[in-house]
Amino acid sequence: MKDSPLEAVIGLEVHVQLDTGRKLFCADSTAFGAPPNTAVCPVCLGLPGALPVLDAGAVDLALRAALALECTIHPISVFARKNYFYPDLPKGYQISQFERPLATRGAVELDNGRRVRIRRVHMEEDAGKSLHDRFASATAVDLNRTGTPLIEIVSEPDLRSPGEARSCLQHLKRLMEYLGISDCNMEEGNLRVDANVSLRKRGSERLEASTEVKNLNSFSAVEKALGVEIKRQTRIRAEGGAVTRQTLLWDAAGGNVRVMRDKEDSQDYRYFPDPDLPPLVLSAARVASLRAGLGELPRAKHERFRRQYGLPAYDADVLTSSRPLADYYEAVVACGRQPKTVSNWVMGPVLKTVKRGIADLSSPGLAPGRLAELLVLVDEGTLSATAAKTVLAGMARTGDPPGVIVRREGLMQVREDQVLARWVTDVVTAHPEEVARYRDGETRLLGFLMGQVMRASGRKADPRRVNQLLRAALDADAG
Amino acid sequence: MTANAAGVAARAAEVRSGRLAWGSMAAEALEAQGAWEQGAAPLNAFIALGPHADRQRRPRDGPLAGIPVAVKDNLVTGGFPTTCGSRILEGFRSPYEATAVRRLRRAGAVIVGKTNMDEFAMGSSTENSAFGPTRNPWHRERVPGGSSGGSAAAVAAGIVPVALGSDTGGSVRQPASFCGVVGIKPTYGRVSRYGLVAFASSLDQVGALGRTVRDAATLLEVVSGHDPRDATSVNRPVPPLAAACERGVRGLVVGVPREYFPSGLDPVVGRLAERALRALEGAGAELRDVSLPHTRYAIPAYYIIAPAEASSNLARYDGVRFGRRCRDADSTERLYELSRSEGFGTEVKRRILLGTYALSAGYYDAYYGRAQEARAAVARDFERTFRDGVDVLFTPTSPTPAFRLGERIHDPYRMYLSDVFTVTANLAGVPALSVPIGLAEGLPVGGQLMAAHWREDTLLTAAAALEAELGTVGSPPVPSGAGTA
Ligand SMILES: [Zn+2]
Repeated sequence: MKDSPLEAVIGLEVHVQLDTGRKLFCADSTAFGAPPNTAVCPVCLGLPGALPVLDAGAVDLALRAALALECTIHPISVFARKNYFYPDLPKGYQISQFERPLATRGAVELDNGRRVRIRRVHMEEDAGKSLHDRFASATAVDLNRTGTPLIEIVSEPDLRSPGEARSCLQHLKRLMEYLGISDCNMEEGNLRVDANVSLRKRGSERLEASTEVKNLNSFSAVEKALGVEIKRQTRIRAEGGAVTRQTLLWDAAGGNVRVMRDKEDSQDYRYFPDPDLPPLVLSAARVASLRAGLGELPRAKHERFRRQYGLPAYDADVLTSSRPLADYYEAVVACGRQPKTVSNWVMGPVLKTVKRGIADLSSPGLAPGRLAELLVLVDEGTLSATAAKTVLAGMARTGDPPGVIVRREGLMQVREDQVLARWVTDVVTAHPEEVARYRDGETRLLGFLMGQVMRASGRKADPRRVNQLLRAALDADAG
Repeated sequence: MTANAAGVAARAAEVRSGRLAWGSMAAEALEAQGAWEQGAAPLNAFIALGPHADRQRRPRDGPLAGIPVAVKDNLVTGGFPTTCGSRILEGFRSPYEATAVRRLRRAGAVIVGKTNMDEFAMGSSTENSAFGPTRNPWHRERVPGGSSGGSAAAVAAGIVPVALGSDTGGSVRQPASFCGVVGIKPTYGRVSRYGLVAFASSLDQVGALGRTVRDAATLLEVVSGHDPRDATSVNRPVPPLAAACERGVRGLVVGVPREYFPSGLDPVVGRLAERALRALEGAGAELRDVSLPHTRYAIPAYYIIAPAEASSNLARYDGVRFGRRCRDADSTERLYELSRSEGFGTEVKRRILLGTYALSAGYYDAYYGRAQEARAAVARDFERTFRDGVDVLFTPTSPTPAFRLGERIHDPYRMYLSDVFTVTANLAGVPALSVPIGLAEGLPVGGQLMAAHWREDTLLTAAAALEAELGTVGSPPVPSGAGTA
């Protein structure tokens, strides 16, 4: 593309599931993996006479997203019905927003510094799932997903390459995760992407016929599918043909796109305002308080972490991936520990403990002050790094302070020279052959001999001191 | 009959004090219902009849203790099927109950049956029912009005003292007028729509029918009030409605909108309306000529908005999850097509098509958009009139008394015109009521009262005064054994 007279024009439509834990217009749970058709009620089943009632919690999350995307929030927005027949759409319409969305005209900034405009952010309910492979001769319908709260984020066609599209998505995902709006789990369908693609003469402002690529269920799928589609359109134009407006389905296995339907015969959804739901009226105070609650956004935080704490980009990435994690990190550093050491501990053992579900960042055993105490013990040499990990696991499990665990489990590092010297002597005596080879210049055997001493000490020996003593013993007798 | 003839409040008091057995009135109601089904011209007011009252284990006290109540078949009701008068819902039983019905039970009422109606409340004669037409108890070759014709007929026939209906464009008031009973459509948002099967959601409202103004007021008071399950139900206190019937109209300003007295008005209806106005004046009310100039846009606007909403509301009847399903479909599209074409009647199909068209891309602004503008203009007429000091408006409820069965069923436009005086209140969302004002050659005629939002109390004050001044129209002759009317 770089030298081509054509450039790609890409826009994204991203559906993000809001992490409210409940449906948008009824109180059913949205937990993933419930048995089919168990998380349902008259409202989301679309039973005769049932009525939707909007969940205020979902509105708050949608507003946070819109504010983080620098959108203009509309004081009045309107829910509309999108009418179409489909077996997994129980009411025969989807409640969405059409003419008057929640928010418009925002922007995100890519890592390369380019700004991508956001056209709109609106709220809508999800449809159910049609299961075509469950029964041999029939389609099954699971309505657990019906009514799940979503926001749809629509970008302007400001992206110029598959790489930029991917970067834009990563940025969106990061923002949603950081603000606790969505877990963005793509496998569970909590973040879904459609992309619009067209080609035009570089520098031209003309809008050309675009295709919509669906079924992009991973970041690499987005990048690959867009690459394939751009090539296909380039070829069509090179052959003198015209690209037609189509909806395409990305086939990850085959690495190609196939036509799902022609846009020309696209449906008329007969949108109209949903008479069951009054317009959504947002007070300036509510919007202002949500805006204030946003605090520092991930990009700014990332930059500050690198600058203020001297962290590598990778560390800053991980630590600013969610607000609770970033806050936790800063709280530990504030206890006076060295920023990079804290980063290593938080990204490593602490997150591992959290991922295993043993504790979370708000558990008393992992309180920032407790982790700082543990790191003090390591810095002082009271604990070896290995022992400290054991203590951390104990803290997470029991909630006890590190000092208590160290004493209880006898994990204190052995640093008395008398004791250490005896272990060193024993090892030197027990391995005459290795000692001789070391003295002949095979110095890498030091590691082996160190290991033997550590093992003899039950891993409690202070490795730094052992190293000194062992070298002294080996070198002294060399004569 | 004897027990049901007295006022609902008094009868409920007798039940609470133990002088009247809790289920006795319900048993009488079922007996009376049976009598009306005898002979060549059965009333056919009910689609389903209740289990015996003793099987309903519910609170036995409350303002409606032991009172038999009939419920229009578009309110989902425990223990009964809910069909909306449609084949597509034949045998459908709802797993949950409408808020209005739950409130009835909580007030001690006995639900004795589900009443017949025009399919999905689309109609003005109860002839569009998949379960056959209901007849007018005053004259069995005449229609009872609609779409709440079953409820109005059941009350007029003395089977029940009160019944619930629903009113989208006059569906409580027009049958009340045709059957000589009182019917009230409250302010939009006053009664929960949760469990009312939607026809046109922005216009639908549950209404109350009764033999007297007080009975209707008592029923309305029970079902009114905010419901968190209906986002359009409004959270504001319900004034004491039954008490409003005692107030008297001295000093009340009654507006007489000239658009509701056109030259084509049936002369007998005109004369009875005139007599009612004199009666109000005689009771101390002040009459004032007013104009609601946008009234002529009401019927066209209504017949865009209501079908548009209906076309969407009725999309859920697709044969997939509940209701009628065609067994021979070989594709999903055929399943929809066959289930819906077999399940829906002509009028419902007509309105779905109208509404689908009105919402289509390219036509939306010309139809739905303009209809909303007309609706707003109609609402402004009312606002201005009430702001200028008018307390209540008086009009005829319908241009004619009950017409003959079959007379208009093939002429939808003439059928639609029987709602010409009633649709405006639905478009504006204001409360309105029909009260009997006399008989025209043995057929009841109703007068309509309309008031500002939330002023059901004013409506009831004026209606009670009319009832006191004019006397009731009495009851139709009770059927005896196997005789016909
Ligand atoms: Zn639900």
